[in-house]
Amino acid sequence: MSIDLQQDFFRLFGLPRRFRIDEAALELAYHDLQGRVHPDRFAHLPDSDKRLSMQWATQVNEGFRTLRKPLSRATYLLELMGVDAGLHTNTAMSPTFLMEQMEWREAVEEARAAGEADELAQLHTRLRQHSREVFDDLARQCDDEQDYAGAAETVRRLMFMEKLQHEIDDALEALES
Amino acid sequence: MAYSEKVLDHYENPRNVGAFSKDDDGVGTGMVGAPACGDVMKLQIKVGKDGVIEDAKFKTYGCGSAIASSSLVTEWVKGKTVEQALEIKNTQIAEELALPPVKIHCSILAEDAIKAAVADYKKKHEG
Repeated sequence: MSIDLQQDFFRLFGLPRRFRIDEAALELAYHDLQGRVHPDRFAHLPDSDKRLSMQWATQVNEGFRTLRKPLSRATYLLELMGVDAGLHTNTAMSPTFLMEQMEWREAVEEARAAGEADELAQLHTRLRQHSREVFDDLARQCDDEQDYAGAAETVRRLMFMEKLQHEIDDALEALES
Repeated sequence: MAYSEKVLDHYENPRNVGAFSKDDDGVGTGMVGAPACGDVMKLQIKVGKDGVIEDAKFKTYGCGSAIASSSLVTEWVKGKTVEQALEIKNTQIAEELALPPVKIHCSILAEDAIKAAVADYKKKHEG
């Protein structure tokens, strides 16, 4: 057993380099690799082999974490394609999009202050529906159109939407407790 | 993470929260967002006929540092010309608020918000 630490995560798990992946295949490949590089299997070998197996196990775990979540998978895919998603540097989102985000957050804030759990649940459902559409856009941009600049913009949008989803969840939790 | 006293002061007593009418001729509106943390910031300036910023308002959805950064710059831009406002750098904001390295992006957001507000104001007045 040996793992090439230079290869990208898609290759590591035997998956095509695409945004749309077979999640079950990723899961299977992960468990298979994890079993094969598990440090217990190297316990009787020299320290250098043990160290190597630790590196492999770390690589396998990091690869799985990166590919399992759609947003980190997309960011990673863009990185492989040489495109920086600009998550830390790009603040110039479309004003219309940002205005929508403001309105969503105002709605969440008001519903939370008024203790309207039903309203929050509705916002949650609407946002989930909207996210699904935007993820469809992302898949199309990455896999069908190879529009990586467009995909980077979509990833940035989804980061805001994910944050919003957390805020709605927090607000719901706060009302329930 | 511990916030500095200045951040807490602005966070607990934010200055100039609110909004002007976007359509007002003397008003410039800047909308910016930080994808990494999902913060959204709106900053507005009200500019007098002499080109001096008379008033500023903000609304920020984000962490304490983002709120403090925007609150601080609304104070700083008042009395400045739009050109002088453009000279405000994120490093000055970060220094004033003693922001830790992981919160520097909040000060960048505030600097970008001023630039966006000035750009919007200029767009209304060109030609």
